[in-house]
Amino acid sequence: MTTTPHAITATGLRKAYGDHVVLDGLELAVAEGTVYALLGPNGAGKTTTVQILSTLVAADGGHITVGGHDPARDPRAVRAQIGVTGQFAAVDAKLTGEENLILMADLHHLGRQEGRRRTAGLLEQFGLTDAAKKLPEAYSGGMRRRLDLAMTLVGDPRIIFLDEPTTGLDPRSRHAMWQIVRELVADGVTVFLTTQYLEEADQLADRIGVLDGGRLVAEGTAEELKRLVPGGHVRLRFADPAAYERAARALHGTALDDEGLTLQIPGDGSARELKSLLDRLEAEAIEAESLSVHTPDLDDVFFALTTERSHNPAADAAVRKEALR
Amino acid sequence: MSTLSYAVADSATMLRRNLRHALRYPSMTIPVVAIPVVMLLLFVYVFGNALGSGVGPGAEGHYVDYVAPGIILMATTYGSVSVAVSVCSDMTEGIVNRFRTLSISRAAVLNGHVLGGVVQTLFSVVLVVGAALLTGFRPNATPLEWLATAGLLTLVVLALTWLAADMGLRARTVEAASNAPTPLTFLPFLGSAIVPTDSMPTAVRWFAEYQPFTPVTETLRGLLMGTEIGNSALIAVAWCLGLTVLGYIRARSAYDKG
Repeated sequence: MTTTPHAITATGLRKAYGDHVVLDGLELAVAEGTVYALLGPNGAGKTTTVQILSTLVAADGGHITVGGHDPARDPRAVRAQIGVTGQFAAVDAKLTGEENLILMADLHHLGRQEGRRRTAGLLEQFGLTDAAKKLPEAYSGGMRRRLDLAMTLVGDPRIIFLDEPTTGLDPRSRHAMWQIVRELVADGVTVFLTTQYLEEADQLADRIGVLDGGRLVAEGTAEELKRLVPGGHVRLRFADPAAYERAARALHGTALDDEGLTLQIPGDGSARELKSLLDRLEAEAIEAESLSVHTPDLDDVFFALTTERSHNPAADAAVRKEALR
Repeated sequence: MSTLSYAVADSATMLRRNLRHALRYPSMTIPVVAIPVVMLLLFVYVFGNALGSGVGPGAEGHYVDYVAPGIILMATTYGSVSVAVSVCSDMTEGIVNRFRTLSISRAAVLNGHVLGGVVQTLFSVVLVVGAALLTGFRPNATPLEWLATAGLLTLVVLALTWLAADMGLRARTVEAASNAPTPLTFLPFLGSAIVPTDSMPTAVRWFAEYQPFTPVTETLRGLLMGTEIGNSALIAVAWCLGLTVLGYIRARSAYDKG
C-alpha cells in the first residue's frame, strides 16, 4: 500500500480568513486511481480544501502536492492535470451545451477537429446530445451538473475535484452522477470529492476523511469507519406488554424501551445470530410483532466523531441537522 | 506553441465567446446606440435652435455640426456599462473559477472581455456616426482625418473599456456593476460636448477644461469639422494611454486577487 504513488498529498495544511481558522493542520494522502471523499458538515472547510488543492486559493501554511507539483509554486503544472467541478454549476449560461464544450476544447488547444470529436463524444456519454443546441437555462439541475462535469473532462484530466457534486440533485440524477464517477475511476482517474451525504461517500469512496473543525477527525474505508462506532443491533417490537416483559427476561443484555414495547439486542445482524434469537423466542413461545436489523452506518460515525469535539449544544444540533439533510 | 502564442490563442477564444454573447443578447448593446441617438435627436431638433445661437455666430441651424462629435463620444461611454456588466456577471457566475483552474493565460479572460467590448462599442459608434450624418451632420474631414478620428476613438474606447472591466471586477453585484460607470457617461456633458466650456460657471469651467473628455471632444471636432485643435490632440492621447494603463493594472490586480 505504501508504495502506491499519491495523486494528492497535504501535510499541515492551514488556512484562516481573518480570525476564522478554516483548516487547522489538515493531512491528506490520496492514492492514484482512487476515489477519496472528504466528508463534513457545512463550514467544515471542504470547499476551502478543494480551492487550495485546485490552485484557486493560496494556503497559509503546509505542504501540498497535486500530481507531483506544488499548487502554490507551479500552478500551471497542477492546472494541466486537474479538472474541477465546483459546487455551483460553472457553465456559460449564454452558450449552448455544445458551445460550452467547444469553448473548453479551444481553451485546451485541442484543435478544431479533435475538439468537435470530443464534444460529440461527451454529449453522447452524458446523455446531452438532444440538448446540445439548447442554452443551459433549458436544462434540469441534473443536466447542468452533467454538462459541468463534461466540461471538466474535455481536457482529459488525471485528477478530478468534485465539490459537492450531487448537492441539490434529485435521487435519479444523483445515481446517474455516481455512475459517471465510477466509470471515471475505472479509467484510472483519481477523484477527490467532497460531500455532506454519508451515503455518497459510502457508495463511491475508497477512502473517506471526516473533516471537522479544519482537521481530519477520522479516516479510513467506509467499513473501517463503521467499526469505530458500536451501534449494530436487532430491534424487536411486541404487541402486548406481557410478551414484552417475558422477552426482556429471556433475552440477556438488552436495552429496553418500555413505552414502545421495544427491545434492542446488540449484534451484527448475521443470519446465524438472528436464527438463534428467533429460536430462543420460539422456545419461550413469545411472539414478536416485528423485527428489524440495524447496522451502524456512516451517520452514526459522523455524529459520534463530529459531536464529541463540540462544546456548544446549539452548534451540535445544527451539525446533526445538516448531516441529516 | 510558445507562451505568447497560447496567450493570443486563448484571448482570441475568449473574444469569440464575448462576441457570441453580444450577438445572442443584444439587449446590453442596443442602449449603447439608442441613448446617444436619442440625445442627438433631442439636441439637434429640440434644443438645437437655442443652443446653436449660444455656440457661436453663424452656428444657427448648424448646431448638429457642433454637437455630433460630442454625441459620438458619448456612445463610447455607454459601451463601458455593458462591459462592466458582462465582466461582473462572469465573476459572479462561477464560470470564472473554471477558467482560473485551467492551464490558460491568466490575461485571456479579461483580454476577451475588453477586446469584445472595444469591438462592440466601436460598432455602436459607427451606427451613431451614421445617425449623425442622417440628421445633417456634414463633416469636412479628409480620409486621413477620418482615420485619425477612428484611431482616437479606438484609444478612448480602449481606455474606457479597461476602466469598466476593473469596475466590473470590483462590483459585488451585476446591478452595482451597471451603475459604476454612470459617472463616465456624464463626463462629456461637463466638457465641451454640448456647449463650449467658456459659457460655464467658473468652477464647472475649471473642471471641464481639465477633464479628459474635453481635449478628446476638441480633437474630434477639429478632425471632423476643421476647428482649432492646438495641443488638445496630444493631451487627449496622453489621457487615453494613461487611463488604459491605469485600468489595465487595476483590472489585472483585481482579477488575480479575486
